[in-house]
Amino acid sequence: MNSIWTLLAQRIALGLLLLLAVSILIFVGTQILPGDVAQSILGQSATPTALANLREELGLNDPAYVRYLSWLGGVVQGDLGTALSNGQDITEQIGKRLGNTLFLAFWAAVVAVPLAILLGLMAVRYRNRWPDKLISGLTLASISLPEFFIGYVLIFFFAVKLRWFPSVATVYDSMSLLEKLNAIALPVTVLTLVVLAHMMRMTRAAILNVMQSAYIETAELKGLSAFNVIFRHAFPNAISPIVNVVMINLAYLVVGVVVVEVIFVYPGMGQYLVDHVAKRDVPVVQACGLIFAAVYVILNLIADVVAIVSNPRLRHPK
Amino acid sequence: MSKELEYFSKKVASGKMDRRAFMGRAAALGVSASMATGIMAHADAHASPVKGGTLKAGLQGGESTNSLDPATWASDVPLNFGRTWSDTLVEVSPEGNVQMNLAESVDASPDAKVWTFKIRQDVEFHNGKTLTPDDVKATIERHSDENSKSGALGIVQGIESMAIDGANLEITLSEANADLPFLMADYHLSIQPNGGKDGVDAGIGTGPYKIVENQPGVRHVGERFANYWDAENRAHADTVEVVVINDPTARLAALQSGQVQMVNRIEPKVVELVKRIPGVTVQNVAGRGHYVFIAHVNTAPFNNVDLMLALKYAMNRQEMVDKILQGYGSVGNDFPINASYPLFSDDIEQRTYDPDKAAFHFKKSGHDGSVLLRTSDVAFPGAVDAAQLYQQSAKAAGIDIEVKREPGDGYWSEVWNKQPFSTSYWGGRPVQDQMYSTAYLSTADWNDTKFIREDFDKIIIGARAELDQAKRKAMYRDAAVMVRDEGGLILPMFNDFIDATVDSVGGWFADPNSGMMNDKALTKCWVKA
Repeated sequence: MNSIWTLLAQRIALGLLLLLAVSILIFVGTQILPGDVAQSILGQSATPTALANLREELGLNDPAYVRYLSWLGGVVQGDLGTALSNGQDITEQIGKRLGNTLFLAFWAAVVAVPLAILLGLMAVRYRNRWPDKLISGLTLASISLPEFFIGYVLIFFFAVKLRWFPSVATVYDSMSLLEKLNAIALPVTVLTLVVLAHMMRMTRAAILNVMQSAYIETAELKGLSAFNVIFRHAFPNAISPIVNVVMINLAYLVVGVVVVEVIFVYPGMGQYLVDHVAKRDVPVVQACGLIFAAVYVILNLIADVVAIVSNPRLRHPK
Repeated sequence: MSKELEYFSKKVASGKMDRRAFMGRAAALGVSASMATGIMAHADAHASPVKGGTLKAGLQGGESTNSLDPATWASDVPLNFGRTWSDTLVEVSPEGNVQMNLAESVDASPDAKVWTFKIRQDVEFHNGKTLTPDDVKATIERHSDENSKSGALGIVQGIESMAIDGANLEITLSEANADLPFLMADYHLSIQPNGGKDGVDAGIGTGPYKIVENQPGVRHVGERFANYWDAENRAHADTVEVVVINDPTARLAALQSGQVQMVNRIEPKVVELVKRIPGVTVQNVAGRGHYVFIAHVNTAPFNNVDLMLALKYAMNRQEMVDKILQGYGSVGNDFPINASYPLFSDDIEQRTYDPDKAAFHFKKSGHDGSVLLRTSDVAFPGAVDAAQLYQQSAKAAGIDIEVKREPGDGYWSEVWNKQPFSTSYWGGRPVQDQMYSTAYLSTADWNDTKFIREDFDKIIIGARAELDQAKRKAMYRDAAVMVRDEGGLILPMFNDFIDATVDSVGGWFADPNSGMMNDKALTKCWVKA
């Protein structure tokens, strides 16, 4: 077990280094973009006097590296700063948005992950027969359609025609859990359809790969039922590639859903980030970038650890 | 209006006849559909308001970067929500007159240099404080502050001094301006306690609704303020809510599925489809906003009058209105004023598409090669298509226009007002002086055609002090002709504001000042019982 802890420490240190590199990249990126925050705030109504005043007030006249270092100093102490564009506290603002994003991602994952794995197992069980082809066909069709299209189709039928679910998925504190779930029903469905195929196909492929092994034949020969063979013997040995794909899709559910947020008017991180990129609000963009990068790093870390723990050969290296 | 029609419109107003039936009766009487809608809207607005309920608007134009500080307002959501919780001294009526609001009366000295606003005595802020002339003075002070980032800075810069005398606020201008009351209707100048100096974004005003929820970029909620001073004419719903829906399809879906009762900015290309949705009414009104192609007339090659004339004659205005606005607008005449403005002169000859004249002036200009036009989707809806149509119509005159599509991000900082030939839009202003002063005076910061002409400046500044309306109108006519014939402005179209409501919304009337009933639909409409 000792080696796991060493590995974990190494991975975390590497992750922190990555985050630092990401923060520099984001900062440089926002500097290269044309225009600055003062210009973006004032937009078409920017007069030279107003611009000069606003730049002074926002401290935009300091050199770039000074601004970066002072920001980094704050982050290390857990202070993400205040948004340049509206003076609100970033930590508080992001907290709400991140909460919403995780809420949506959580429920989408709760539906999508077990469903994908179950469908994958079933596809293996009925390999090359009609259930396998049906499952593959439907999931591949749903991943091939752009998410905004699926979103609009669902809105048209379930919100406008049948009025079962609202088309506006805005959630807020005063709603009960049931009301919230009703509000996010359609976006969760869209996200599920979008991530289903990837996870299901990977489950199917990984298990089929294992099914070639000699011990599977043994299990079959000793008379186990087909589903038992797959679930008890093949699945545990296929877990590490599956977990990898699941984690990538979970990361996508957190960081990649801006289109779904826009269509369903869901107050998550994506729209928040886009608004602030448009305004060149560097502190907010950096905070969001850092969080997104952290999500990736953490989820990949989990995938690695699970892969090691589930594989005795990696758990007890010679 | 015929007697029958009047009778029917009253029936609609009292709910005894539905819209469809009314339109049928009107058609039977030989009235055009648009006129019938107008009569019906009129009847609606004068039906008695219903108190109570919730009014929800799904609006485009909200970002998570929005602030409650009126100085920063620029897009539809902060503006519409701002109008629910704050008031200005005066308003501009749909007919284009100054209407008293927090001011009871306005008087000018004969030379239009000293203006006296009498401030209402019975108005209360949401924090319990009573409105005083000091609050008004402080508000104007804050917006004219050197360190101000206010969009109203240009408006209040002309104020030399302010003095308080009892309930009166006396404003002395450095130069005469007969239009000052119109300027005071600017939404940036929403009155805050102590001018907002104790917290610019505290969100405390004298408006009909108190702020309950303020989540920028998501939703804003207000609840009726019990001590509102004008409860008779406004604040009909108990609660008002703005939901930020920037995606046009999502906005329509929310309207259709009944989650909001009104939406803004219906795209012209879908208006005909929206009209077919049962229970939804399209509310469009011709306004002062316009879409423009602007050239810097101090920069080669656009400093060549003949080249500018060639470019102006090469514009097919009717085609723009038909294809870009789908008919929801009117043709422009290369000066930024239309019939919605007071003192408009309708006898200026309409410029039309004339490839022969364009070719003639192009040849005369001696210009060689193509002309580079920069455009982007953010310039105005359909700007890229419009640029391509223009390219085609100019080609017929032998003029080669090269269209360059710029990214929307950064367009206003890098292209507009910087590059010599680009596309843009203007929202229009309540009076001619303000429009010309904002964008055509030599000294204007947003002089986006770089029109630098002393004789023109003289006319505009002279017109400000002219209280004789006939003379003033003649001066504005001269200014218009100057911009039309010698300026860098190519103005193909004035756009309509197109909103939509569901049938449960009562009290809607057309207001050409801006969309959403001059951004006051939430405070002036009601939910039908």
